Amino acid sequence: MQNPHILEMKEISKEFTGVKALSNVSFKVGQGEIHCLVGENGAGKSTLMKVLSGVYPHGTYTGDIVFEGQVQSFTRISDSVKAGIAIIYQELALFPDLTVYENIFAGNEVKNGAVVDWNRTIIKAKEMLRKVNLSVNPEMLVKDLGVGKQQLVEIAKALSKNVKLLILDEPTAALNEDDSENLLELLRELKKQGITSIMISHKLKEVIAIADKVTVLRDGRTICTLDAAKNEISENVIIKNMVGREIEDIYPKRSGQQFGADVLEVRNWTAYDPRLGRNVAENLSLHVRKGEIVGIAGLMGSGRTEFALSIFGNPKDYKLQGELLMNGKKMNFKSPRDAIEAGIAYVTEDRKGDGLFLIQDIKQNISAANLQGVSARGRINLNEEVKVSNEYKKSLNIKAPSVEQIVGNLSGGNQQKVSLGKWLFVGPSLLILDEPTRGIDVGAKFEIYTIMNKLISEGMSIIMISSELPEVLGMSDRVYVMAEGEIKGELTAAEADQEKIMKLATQ
Amino acid sequence: MKLLNEAKTLIKVNIRDYGMYIALFVIMLTFSILTDGLFMSSRNISNLIDATGYIAVLAVGMTLVIVIRHIDLSVGFAAGFLGAIAAILLTQAGVPVYLTIPIILIMGIVVGLFNGVLVAHLGIPAFVASLAAMLIFRGALLRVTEKTGTIIVKDEHFNAIGNGFIPSLGKLGNLNLLSLLIGALIIVLFIYFEISKRNNKLKYNFEVISKGMFAVKLVFVSAIIAYITWILAGYNGFSWTVVIVLIVVVIYHFLTTSTVIGRHIYAVGSNPEAAHLSGISVKKITYFVFCSMGLLSALSGILFTSRLQSATTTAGTLFELDAIAAAYVGGVSAAGGVGKITGSVIGAVVMASLSSGMNLLGVGISYQYMIRGGVLAAAVIFDVITRKQRA
Repeated sequence: MQNPHILEMKEISKEFTGVKALSNVSFKVGQGEIHCLVGENGAGKSTLMKVLSGVYPHGTYTGDIVFEGQVQSFTRISDSVKAGIAIIYQELALFPDLTVYENIFAGNEVKNGAVVDWNRTIIKAKEMLRKVNLSVNPEMLVKDLGVGKQQLVEIAKALSKNVKLLILDEPTAALNEDDSENLLELLRELKKQGITSIMISHKLKEVIAIADKVTVLRDGRTICTLDAAKNEISENVIIKNMVGREIEDIYPKRSGQQFGADVLEVRNWTAYDPRLGRNVAENLSLHVRKGEIVGIAGLMGSGRTEFALSIFGNPKDYKLQGELLMNGKKMNFKSPRDAIEAGIAYVTEDRKGDGLFLIQDIKQNISAANLQGVSARGRINLNEEVKVSNEYKKSLNIKAPSVEQIVGNLSGGNQQKVSLGKWLFVGPSLLILDEPTRGIDVGAKFEIYTIMNKLISEGMSIIMISSELPEVLGMSDRVYVMAEGEIKGELTAAEADQEKIMKLATQ
Repeated sequence: MKLLNEAKTLIKVNIRDYGMYIALFVIMLTFSILTDGLFMSSRNISNLIDATGYIAVLAVGMTLVIVIRHIDLSVGFAAGFLGAIAAILLTQAGVPVYLTIPIILIMGIVVGLFNGVLVAHLGIPAFVASLAAMLIFRGALLRVTEKTGTIIVKDEHFNAIGNGFIPSLGKLGNLNLLSLLIGALIIVLFIYFEISKRNNKLKYNFEVISKGMFAVKLVFVSAIIAYITWILAGYNGFSWTVVIVLIVVVIYHFLTTSTVIGRHIYAVGSNPEAAHLSGISVKKITYFVFCSMGLLSALSGILFTSRLQSATTTAGTLFELDAIAAAYVGGVSAAGGVGKITGSVIGAVVMASLSSGMNLLGVGISYQYMIRGGVLAAAVIFDVITRKQRA
């Protein structure tokens, strides 16, 4: 082969009204390799991929894209698709109410003249599904598949368009360990078939496991490209290049804390979801002491979030059985408001979906769950609201020009801090954090861990639900492992390790 | 020239908010020139405002409904029906005015409750639920006016709501004294509230606009209030309709900007799931908003019946669409969570000004509809573009 590089991006710069998102980024991808792109949030990874795929058309950036030896000037996404580039976003772009085969060929229909040939579509869809090792009936509706399988459908869709370069933006962010492993395996297989992949990921373990090359971006610049063949790739090296500093230990130490009495106790707790027709939580018993961080580990779909919702005033209207005690007193919450008043706060897993008011500003978000705290007789003291929000902005280190900033325009880490601020302002005694560091960068993670430690030292209790085992192990005083809606085991910080947790979680 | 730069940045940042006022100013100026000042004459402005009143109050309620991502198509015929009931109570049943009005307003709340049950409790899409209610009220209006046809209302006090003016208490030149006094009082109150707002902010050490800019703003707004007062005082003074609409606007403006329930309404509109998890009862808010809409429909029905001094079989036809148009022209977002009471009222005035101005110019009704449609589209396009720039 003449040119070993399928893609070369040369000196790419891109500006958004005064903000330089990319400055002179150069980036080469070899034919048939798996190239990982890493960097903190806002480093420019997604912007770079949007330039490549034509979301930002030719002319709105400077620099050259050379794909298969030719300078390309994509003016729209369909141009890049035609050239053989497919991009799969973190938020999947499938039609939930259409079937698998309709989704695979959406926009690329198998036609007989002007009419869609559905029979041939189904046959071809089956072929594509085989290629991605997905054994589902192509006539199933996409909404009935799990996230992991939906991701595979998305890849099958890309393959149906004769893709040469596959770009995956955080493909495993929403997947459990099994599905993630499957996906990585699939990428390796596609590589054998000659398909080049670019993967953006925050999960460094995966990156290390799969990458032939790793390019690190920071602040819109290329920092380095590491080569697996030369043994250059390791977690420490990547992190060092990502943040520009060494993080000695990303889990801040805390020492000698004393646990008090039980803040929360749940006995024989069962939650039945009438929509699913099954128990999402079954016969759970657990307790949380004052000043303690209790981790709830488990794979996605193990019922962790459902359990948290069922004790947080049961907004999904599950049928509940069992007892819930706060500080030894039996409680019966009818709505989240009751739970909030009893001292529980719940930072949701999906901060954009059900956590934040994205079109409102920081102060309105921070006060949203506790407007009483800034008002008298139903009237809001708008100045007090700004003052309180500024205090949280400062103490949580929310990076924004002012508390009048619209939350939708903040980065993931800052959004998470706003979400945290909103719930801290409620003044809870028990804080439930559901995937508190999902999709946020290493620096912001460290800040959130530090805040957690400070909160328990002040006597708060925390339940932390997390899919990231190192996080569970690094932060928890005690760990419950959940699977299939049940608690499969309880481990102290001393006895817990990754193998034990995984074993319980996959029982 | 620091002041000028400050003004420039202020306008740039708030272009979405000021856009509507600028549009209204341009429309008024254009019509004044085209009609040799007839448009801004005391009599025309007074009529224009009275003719806007019953749409303006609907637009106020509709703003909240759209903010929480719903719609209410039933308000037009609900207003027509309740207006007819008011006429029947006054004429056939002989109920005095001071009882009729509260009865109708309470009936309005019940109407809103009915929509609220369908939407909040049974989860029926508001478009469908209120479409059903619209048909029901249309039928009900025909039913109650079937035997009599148009019901003429002779009650002077009732008819004064839509046609009468506040007493003048004497004249100053040819100007209405009490209206002048009220105008002056509004200016004094405005200045007082603005100054105390600024002082409060200073107490918290917050950033405020410079003293010069603040003075410019006070003088500017005061001048506008003074000008409108002067125009109205030159005819018959403030009409009761103006007074009622002003009171409604002040109450709802306060409700939406400064109260807990107002903030909860916007929270539900911008993300219902997050609102629910923040301890806000989405159901209660939905009930509240629909009941407030019902109440304002009743008020609109009273204003319209009294203005016509009669209840007709077609009263309320297309009011809902005028109100929805006013809200959208006034910057309410179809995606929910965004919209101001003042914007919607200005939107209603913009639409009414267009009608009034084109009537004065003798523009045919066919063109009037097209032009108003164009303005509605333009307003929404402006909204979409300015939003993109901000993001």
